[in-house]
Amino acid sequence: MVVYEKSKIVIDHLNLWFDDAHILKDVNMEITSNTVTAIMGPSGCGKSTLLRCLNRMNDLIDGCRIDGKVLIDNENIYTENYDIYNLRKRVGMVFQKPNPFPMSTYDNVAYGLKIHGIKNKKIIKERVEKALIDANLWDEVKDKLRKSAFELSGGQQQRLCIARALAIEPEVILLDEPASALDPISTAKLEELIDELQSNYTVVIVTHNLQQAARVSKFTAFMMLGEMVEFGLTDDIFTAPKDKRTENYLRGRFG
Amino acid sequence: MRRFKQIFGFALSTISLIIALSFLILIITYIIIKGYSVLNWEFISQPPKMSMTKGGILPAIVGTVLLSIGAILFSLPFGVLSSIYLNEYARGERIKRIIRVGVNSLAGVPSVVFGLFGLAIFVKYFNFGVSVLSGSLTLGILILPIIIRATEEALKMVPNSFREASLAMGATRWQTTIKVVLPSALPNILTGVILSIGRAAGETAPILFTAAAFYLIGLPNSIFDKVMALPYHIYALMTEGTFPKEQTTIAYGTAFVLLVLVLGMNIIAIMIRIRSRRKQQW
Repeated sequence: MVVYEKSKIVIDHLNLWFDDAHILKDVNMEITSNTVTAIMGPSGCGKSTLLRCLNRMNDLIDGCRIDGKVLIDNENIYTENYDIYNLRKRVGMVFQKPNPFPMSTYDNVAYGLKIHGIKNKKIIKERVEKALIDANLWDEVKDKLRKSAFELSGGQQQRLCIARALAIEPEVILLDEPASALDPISTAKLEELIDELQSNYTVVIVTHNLQQAARVSKFTAFMMLGEMVEFGLTDDIFTAPKDKRTENYLRGRFG
Repeated sequence: MRRFKQIFGFALSTISLIIALSFLILIITYIIIKGYSVLNWEFISQPPKMSMTKGGILPAIVGTVLLSIGAILFSLPFGVLSSIYLNEYARGERIKRIIRVGVNSLAGVPSVVFGLFGLAIFVKYFNFGVSVLSGSLTLGILILPIIIRATEEALKMVPNSFREASLAMGATRWQTTIKVVLPSALPNILTGVILSIGRAAGETAPILFTAAAFYLIGLPNSIFDKVMALPYHIYALMTEGTFPKEQTTIAYGTAFVLLVLVLGMNIIAIMIRIRSRRKQQW
């Protein structure tokens, strides 16, 4: 595999089982710093599971067993006594369905700061504002920060979830099909935001929308049945796929 | 023939419902008719006088309120923390199922058995005597399973996506529980709490040996004093004393007050539930 630039995350011979089901099969991948990397594939191929390996969210599932390494900045996150709370602070995540907390917009963004022990109200206020600005949401919500986050539209809620993740200043942002519940205009705004995010963050996005992967990402991984079929520059994958299965998928033969 | 069966069947079920509801109306009207002559301001603001043939039932009202509050103070923290263990912390379905069977069994224990237990443990062993404290603790154990179940249901209704979002930000499971899950579950927990207050207020057997006094003129001074209580007061008026005729009317008046108290609690619970459902948008 060619390493293009500085690797932020290296996935090394990763295998994952849920009870007896072998979900991820010997996955290898390198995720480049300050770029957008897309993981695509048909439903059930393990792409979301792979994403959740990067912040160890799979740990929460009973019967989950993992073998192999995931290195972030050359440090394996799958070692005993690894600080998963700090890991999840460094590796933020946004989910498929917008999931703001039942609190005000402001408190949603401030939540992460508070749980990580920041008490100074002035600092919290500054960081909340900055996160909302960075998530392209500030202008839309600045007059209703104290109102319930549920009053926002779906697209705004999803950008709020991104702001919430940004507030704790992560290095990596994982997006798990973030636009699948959004309308086309909200999706366009979200993609614009993802494009901006890569200047400061390493972004990994899971999507089953091919056009979306083509639009937003520099690198693309294609997965099928738990295997990493192909991984490379997005332009190469979409114009000259090396693997027959990738080609078939891109032509819409299955998925 | 099929048509006739249908008409007959539905007619029967309609009548059954009317009969069931008429019992409720019957109970309430009967109690009002038998007891209304004693109902006035003095009745709820004065202690009993003249061997309980005159005066009011203030000590019994205060006693019931104290016992109910005491029961909640004891069982709410225990119940909520137990539910958190079951719903947020414990792993493995088997152990949880065993614990739930235990909690349900506790709910199935007859209330007079709780009374005997309270007598043996709180009154005698801990030497709290027949007192507000002993009665509250006994009632607290009685309503513990109700609180645990209500809280567990409330916690289950909190969407998992809230927990995931919090954990994915690096929160511990405890932080997630305290700052996200519990606040979201609070209205439903509150509903369970109020229903269980109603339950505690209406119980006689658990306080029979642990807290209740037959006749007190004054109000309790400390949690180690005996108290009068509405349900026990009704029992006492009907079975003891020297003026059965006058006492019966007072017993019905007392029953009315108790009914208003308990139904009032239930209405408050329903109102909280309706309000929180309207506010809940997940």
